[in-house]
Amino acid sequence: MTSSPAIETSGLRKEYGSKVAVADLTLQVGRGEIFGFLGPNGAGKTTSVKMLLGLAAPTAGSARILGRPLSDRQARRKIGFLPEHFRFYDWLTASELLTYHGRLLGMTPGACARQIPQLLDTVGLSHYGDSRLKTFSKGMLQRIGLAQALLNEPELVFLDEPTSGLDPLGRRMVRDVIRGLRGGGTTVFLNSHFLSEVEITCDRVAFIKEGVVVRTAELQHLVAGETSVEVRATGVTPAILDGLRQWAKEVRADGEHIHLVVNDEEDLPAIAAWVVEQGARLYALEPKRVSLEDLFLQIVGTSGEPR
Amino acid sequence: MSNILLIAQITFREARRRKIMWAALILGAAFLLIYGVGLYFIHRELMREFAQRPQNLPTFLNMLVMMALYAVNFLMIAMAILTSVDTIAGEVGSGAIQAVATKPIRRAEILLGKWLGFAGMLVLYAALMIGGVLLSTWLVARYVPPHPIEGALLMLLEGLVLLNLSLLGGTFLSTLANGVMVFGLFGVAFVGGWMEQFGSMMHSETVVNIGIVSSLIMPSETIWRWAAYLMQPPLFRNFNASPFGSASQPSAAMIIYTGIYLIAVMTLALQNFRKRDL
Repeated sequence: MTSSPAIETSGLRKEYGSKVAVADLTLQVGRGEIFGFLGPNGAGKTTSVKMLLGLAAPTAGSARILGRPLSDRQARRKIGFLPEHFRFYDWLTASELLTYHGRLLGMTPGACARQIPQLLDTVGLSHYGDSRLKTFSKGMLQRIGLAQALLNEPELVFLDEPTSGLDPLGRRMVRDVIRGLRGGGTTVFLNSHFLSEVEITCDRVAFIKEGVVVRTAELQHLVAGETSVEVRATGVTPAILDGLRQWAKEVRADGEHIHLVVNDEEDLPAIAAWVVEQGARLYALEPKRVSLEDLFLQIVGTSGEPR
Repeated sequence: MSNILLIAQITFREARRRKIMWAALILGAAFLLIYGVGLYFIHRELMREFAQRPQNLPTFLNMLVMMALYAVNFLMIAMAILTSVDTIAGEVGSGAIQAVATKPIRRAEILLGKWLGFAGMLVLYAALMIGGVLLSTWLVARYVPPHPIEGALLMLLEGLVLLNLSLLGGTFLSTLANGVMVFGLFGVAFVGGWMEQFGSMMHSETVVNIGIVSSLIMPSETIWRWAAYLMQPPLFRNFNASPFGSASQPSAAMIIYTGIYLIAVMTLALQNFRKRDL
């Protein structure tokens, strides 16, 4: 059972009338992975999540969640979900809401009573268990929604924009929760606009553009794999520039400024030593990591306008 | 089953928390108070008037009871529609349904749970209002109309027709459109029922058929007419063509038809809701 991937989809497609919301969702998420799902607005992120959770029926394609088909209700016992803009019956108190959802998950009243105070504490709402949700701010609702998604100690959690509406403290709380989930071996499927967050928390990301998964990659390779370096030096001859190509896959010189893209940051001391050795005067050599944002713009940005 | 009960329970709690129940109880009590006090004075007057021929008194009392029940009937219809009109469409619109529908629960259980909750409320409301009218009439005038139980059950059945239609509408219409549709159907049945009454008085088959078709589309008015027919004294049925009563006995097949109608509407609602993208 645990050997099957957490999520496995093949050619999942969703059409609304003549509009194609998701053209081809093909991806695999392993157990215990923290998986980031990125794309511009309207690329089909939320629709994809809805299909995976059985809220919207795919027009074509197939998928298995936790080794079971999409229509299987039993798999949902092990799944947590925080919808985008979590909305719920605001006439319930926080504890009542969580108890209701716990019961829907098949938890006993006793299990709910044990779990809920702990969860409220995790999301920083321990003093608000008996407050009505209608008195909650947007951020507090988001927190209670997160608690709701963790009730059943799920094996797989979908978080759709979990930090929207949260202040920096709240965002940090979400990050800590995700770390905690990783520690417990839970798979997390994270939809987020906050790329810096994805960068910190995720193991792997997929980019979706116009309803198609255009690239999937391990974040380590994506971000650490390429490093751009800004060099300031005088006395750089064309021969030196040529020689730099043994480390750099891209060399651009603009006066005394040289721009390099190297594969491994570990090469930088050798590059510095070599440049000096060749007789150039080196003033600065500054590595600049390629951020996820750069990559996002590269992959999705140029023609990422909604069709 | 436990999921259905859970949803029914939360539906009840919603009605309580959002003060729907209180509003219904307080205004229902006001209705009964006015009816009871009014009846007391009318009855005192009637006793004087009919001192010579007391055998005619029940006819007048019956008319008063039927007027009150006619109003209760309308209140029950409004209650059935207003409580349930927004429940599916509203939760789909706000997205509140998403966190529920992704739990290990069938869509059918969500819908049936809501139905059970609203139907339960309707039963309580019917018990309060119909029971209140009958009880106060008995307390004031020692009068009970014929077939009170059957009449009350038929009125409840009419409420359920409206409830099922409003749940069905919620699976594919917005809240407002749903309300317009269900009240509109009620209007169709209402005017159709009148056509049928006039048609049978004027012996016009065409007009009767128009009425019959409309009551097949929406059987609510026919059920009320049957309830009224049962609760009137036999003598009264011959000359009373008013909204409060019925001159023609509805056919027994109509009950079976209404049963099938209820099940068909619910089946369609379940099917719509199961296929709907939330």
